[in-house]
Amino acid sequence: MSAARNSHVRASRLYALLLIFFLVSLALVARAVKLQVAQTEFLQGQGEARFLREVDIPTTRGMISDRNGEPLAVSTPVESVWVNPGEVLQVPEKLGLLAKVLETDADELERKLTQRSAREFVWLRRRLHPDMASQIEALKIQGVYLQKEYRRFYPAGEVAAHVVGFTNIDDIGQEGLELAYNDWLIGEAGRKRVIKDRLGRTVEEVELVKQASPGKDLQLTIDRRLQYLAYTELKRTVLKHGARSGSVVLMDLHNGEILAMVNQPSYNPNQPDGSSEGLRNRAVTDVFEPGSVMKPFAVTSMLEAGIVTPGTPVETSPGTLVISGHTIRDHHNYGLLDVTGVLTKSSNVGVTKLALELSPEHMWDTYRRYGFGEATGSGFPGESAGVLRNHQRWRRLEHATIAYGYGISATALQLAQAYAVIASGGVLRQPTLIQGAINPPISMVDPVLARQVADMLETVTGPAGTGKQARVANYRIAGKTGTSRKASASGYASRYVASFAGFAPASNPRLVCVVIVNDPTGEQYYGGDVAAPLFANVVGGALRLMNVPPDDYPALFAQSATDAEGAAR
Amino acid sequence: MNARLLALLIILVVDMCSALGIVYIRHQSRHLAVALGALEAEHDNAMAEWSRLQLEQAWLADAGQVESQARRRLQMTQPPEMHILVVRP
Repeated sequence: MSAARNSHVRASRLYALLLIFFLVSLALVARAVKLQVAQTEFLQGQGEARFLREVDIPTTRGMISDRNGEPLAVSTPVESVWVNPGEVLQVPEKLGLLAKVLETDADELERKLTQRSAREFVWLRRRLHPDMASQIEALKIQGVYLQKEYRRFYPAGEVAAHVVGFTNIDDIGQEGLELAYNDWLIGEAGRKRVIKDRLGRTVEEVELVKQASPGKDLQLTIDRRLQYLAYTELKRTVLKHGARSGSVVLMDLHNGEILAMVNQPSYNPNQPDGSSEGLRNRAVTDVFEPGSVMKPFAVTSMLEAGIVTPGTPVETSPGTLVISGHTIRDHHNYGLLDVTGVLTKSSNVGVTKLALELSPEHMWDTYRRYGFGEATGSGFPGESAGVLRNHQRWRRLEHATIAYGYGISATALQLAQAYAVIASGGVLRQPTLIQGAINPPISMVDPVLARQVADMLETVTGPAGTGKQARVANYRIAGKTGTSRKASASGYASRYVASFAGFAPASNPRLVCVVIVNDPTGEQYYGGDVAAPLFANVVGGALRLMNVPPDDYPALFAQSATDAEGAAR
Repeated sequence: MNARLLALLIILVVDMCSALGIVYIRHQSRHLAVALGALEAEHDNAMAEWSRLQLEQAWLADAGQVESQARRRLQMTQPPEMHILVVRP
């Protein structure tokens, strides 16, 4: 009996124990479920806060500076504000304050956040004004965070906008050299694994996952002072003549470095507004029919072929010439000229007559050697190659018009490159915008012939020339005017491109400059009236800034004599 | 037997020292990591300040700014031809 009772007691003890075990494990499971389901967010947040983390090592985009190290594009940190909508919407009463600081509508802000409440990260406003950022920080709203980001600033603004370009909100180059050299400038963010404490401080760096490589700086050949000079002069000219657009390219002959490249219209790269009209670097991307500024190249071809010398007489009367049913005209009947005079007076008839004696192949080859019909290789995005059709497809009329710059198109930069060949004794150097670029000189034209053409071009700014307004006091200037009619759907319209291309000082050239003024709507539209004065202002200022010694001694002596007379009187 | 006991004792002591050393070094390294973080932050701030100063300098030295100051405030003009003396090189 007692044994039976004993076993009964033992069984009930066992069950009681089992029940206790069951209840305890139930409690554990319930707790686990509660933690897992109900408090996940809190616990996960807490856990992450004191755990192994991978963090970015941020880098900055490299600086772009001019040839003297003056900054043209600099990245500097600014704050951006982002929110976790779920957290913020728990305190809707604070949204009003936030909206007030951000200068937006509170209802709209709430609507925006409600729409995105499923997400955990929403940019509210990027690149804040520092004052605004500190106000937001002072509000201390839960779920509102500030994130440091880099913003690009362009202190030269619209003056260098086309060359430098700009970046988008994610710091990727969009235009200009910012785009062309994006990979060089951008740098690469690194990553490291760290242990953080509860306060978010890094307590231990576990390992470097990826080394950060900061963006490299880029030094341009642009001189900010010359750039400013060229820009203000161009802007003034474009306004004065009601022109649609314009470009100036200024190049150093010693090394092919571009000292200034400006265009109108321009834009503010600090706040690009998305309109495409001002964005293009027209000096590089836009082609035009150059007109008379091409004549020196046709003359080079004639000299090379040996059919003329600078003194060979050319009969240009009656000032018109009919080729394949098309009349080529001069502005006046210049009568009997020599080859130099054809350039001085810019006679279409004279240059056409002589050019037709050349073989198309040879003329084409000369133009090619001057770099026409081929991109200069400056590395600028969207650079245009211009159009120079193969000589096999030239008709007789085309052969004639190409001699005086129609039926061929080029960019301002190509023209600068070609005039540099004449100025530097037949040597072509690839134009460059980047310091330290490799552009070895390539001999393209016989130095003697190049010198002859250069001497002829000096007469253009002489007493009988079309480019008198390109003169710069105390310097000898060589160059060529151009006035070309713009082609339109219905043949050539009475709209013009005024241009001047030249170099200085003529005795020992240092600078080459090309000026294009597109569609001047005022009374004046000749290259000699519109473009030449702009050339003189830009080149005059540049020669002074670069300390190039004057070379026009006779004028200097004459001037000092009159000064002395004036002083004596 | 005695020698083995001695060896055990020495190993025990060395072990304790090494353990304490690890704790100490780890503590140190965390301190240094915090200090490094602070210095890095300082470096970042200095770089930010440098870029801001560069920008400020660029804005102040802007050619347009200089030109208007020279012309308007200081009443500077370009000297006329007769006041320029050219020395023949």
